[in-house]
Amino acid sequence: MEAYVGYFLYFLSLLTVGGIYAIFALGLNVNWGFAGLFNVGIVGFAAVGAYTYALLTTAESTYHIGGLGLPLPFGMFAAMMTSAVIAGFIGLICIRLRADYLAIATIGIAEIIKLILKNETEITNGPRGINKIPRAWEHFSEERFYTSWPMSWFGTPENWEAFFDTLPNWYWQPLFAGTILLVMYVIYRMLERARTSPWGRMMTAIRENEPAARAAGKDVTRRRIEAFIIGAAIMGLAGSLFAQHLRLIEPTNTFDPSKVTFLVWVMLIVGGSGNNRGAMLGAFLIWTLWSASELFITGAIDLIGNIFSTLDPSILQTRAGFLRMMLIGILMQVILQRYPGGILPEVRPASPKADKNIAGTTGESK
Amino acid sequence: MWDAFGFEFVNFYLIPGLVLGCIYALGAIGITLTFGILRFANFAHGEIMMSGAYLTWTVMAIAGYAGLTLHPLVAMVPATLLVILLFLGTDKFFYKPFRKADTIKVVMASFGMMLIIRSAVQVIWGPNQLTFVRGIAKPNSVLSDVSNDIGMMLIIPNKHLFIFAGTVIIVIALSYLLNRTRIGKAMRAVSDSPDLAHVTGIDVDKVIRATWIVGGICATAAGVFLVMDVQMLETTMGFRMLLPMFAAAILGGIGKPYGAVFGGLVIGLAEELSAYPWIGDTPLLSPGYKTGVAFAIMVIMLIVRPQGLFKGRSF
Repeated sequence: MEAYVGYFLYFLSLLTVGGIYAIFALGLNVNWGFAGLFNVGIVGFAAVGAYTYALLTTAESTYHIGGLGLPLPFGMFAAMMTSAVIAGFIGLICIRLRADYLAIATIGIAEIIKLILKNETEITNGPRGINKIPRAWEHFSEERFYTSWPMSWFGTPENWEAFFDTLPNWYWQPLFAGTILLVMYVIYRMLERARTSPWGRMMTAIRENEPAARAAGKDVTRRRIEAFIIGAAIMGLAGSLFAQHLRLIEPTNTFDPSKVTFLVWVMLIVGGSGNNRGAMLGAFLIWTLWSASELFITGAIDLIGNIFSTLDPSILQTRAGFLRMMLIGILMQVILQRYPGGILPEVRPASPKADKNIAGTTGESK
Repeated sequence: MWDAFGFEFVNFYLIPGLVLGCIYALGAIGITLTFGILRFANFAHGEIMMSGAYLTWTVMAIAGYAGLTLHPLVAMVPATLLVILLFLGTDKFFYKPFRKADTIKVVMASFGMMLIIRSAVQVIWGPNQLTFVRGIAKPNSVLSDVSNDIGMMLIIPNKHLFIFAGTVIIVIALSYLLNRTRIGKAMRAVSDSPDLAHVTGIDVDKVIRATWIVGGICATAAGVFLVMDVQMLETTMGFRMLLPMFAAAILGGIGKPYGAVFGGLVIGLAEELSAYPWIGDTPLLSPGYKTGVAFAIMVIMLIVRPQGLFKGRSF
């Protein structure tokens, strides 16, 4: 029985992290898949979201500013807003230039954000990072939550303590995974709606043929900035969920560009850019491969260590991690060259008028 | 004029700034040529620099086993050949398939290459720091004696003199190549107008190969100079160089090699001088924000004058 619980929890953690990456991929899909904006600063928006959330929702602390202990949804909302504001700033500068400049600027802003987080020790506790970030559902069992409203309206602290003692200590895991999947689903529905709306079709038009879209009187720059901001806001939200999942964030290793930006890009390209379902599929697929390969590598290293007993397994372990990164990179190149559409290629929404014409039963032909 | 103030300013801010500027300049030459001729921002350039430095280290280590002590500048020569092969190989397998497609695809491919090359270096050489030569670099005694006699003491380590000399030689060789040779003129023509160059019968493939070769030489030199300067090899150094090099290329104007040299020197000086206590006793900008200076200059350029100071190409 215990073993099954272990597998169940492993599965849940796959869903949790996969879901967070799926939200990142959906955000990137708005940037790249919808509007063709090459954003390689995902890690920067994630860091902004994570730090905004952390500073607003953690308990008061002497190590960093903030610690306002605000409600969690408020922190997540603020994370989205801060990301959006920063994206707006970059968008206004770079969007009118060619895509390469946006790429350079986004990779730059991501580095600058990390630099600020690292250097402003008064505000962010610098390289030591912020810990004890409240995680949704698990936070209910923290003392500062069940002693204050609204939880204190429903029971005394002693009652709550007794209640949480009766639950298994992983009680929050299914709920947290469920919340993330729910957030992902809501974003997915909203993006699907946006994609088939006139706004989304205008996006496709701008991406595919900018001069034509401009000639048709569309405000190309404005639409692009909108797409950039919306994508960044979703990434900020994903960043706040990432902070909840990790509970300890610091600027350097948590927000490693190769593990966030690059992985999300691979997910979107493998899944199918322009397709929201593809983005989510790619995220879960690559994340499962990524974390399953860890088990596989450990096994392989055990085997090699048995054959060549003189080798130090810890060296192999670190190198294997890099090898995995390299293979993921090669996978991306292969997909880019051979299957540019990804697993689920983009499906263009048909115009509602076209639908009517095909159906042609109502007699409203124009 | 030459008091304690001047001594400190020149030796601890101006000269390191120029050294850094030389390194950025060499890196930016490669970036600006690729951007101008192949028309894409090569994100893998920093990693190529870094792998050039690692290859130089390997050549030195192999020579060390054979009982030879090679200077990094000598070991750089075979490493440069390998880097050129690496450049041509990545071009053939990863960039060439997209030459007819949207340029952003090539940028994506180069972004992927950035991580592939870095991971490959980490797999082969491991994540730990390495170094060419250990120990503290002594200042050049002749130079410091002579300059002390005329009352302006300069403390310049030999490694910095090598870097200055190397950069000057490479830039002179480059200007000879671009102004006097056939292939150099063809490169400039393609950079200015690819269609016109094609019509006049310039072999674009040959020009592209030449671009990678020039870029490879400059990138290896920049990587080796950087390691000579900071005396440390790490796998993240290429990525750290990327942003200042892009900033230098944009500042000088895309497709303008001299602009890149000038931009590199400006960015290098700006980064070092930003930490100088211009007002009061504290550094103007905390040294932790040095990288931010390059970014700030780049953002200002993109707003005010995206074509760069030397009127390069703006897309």
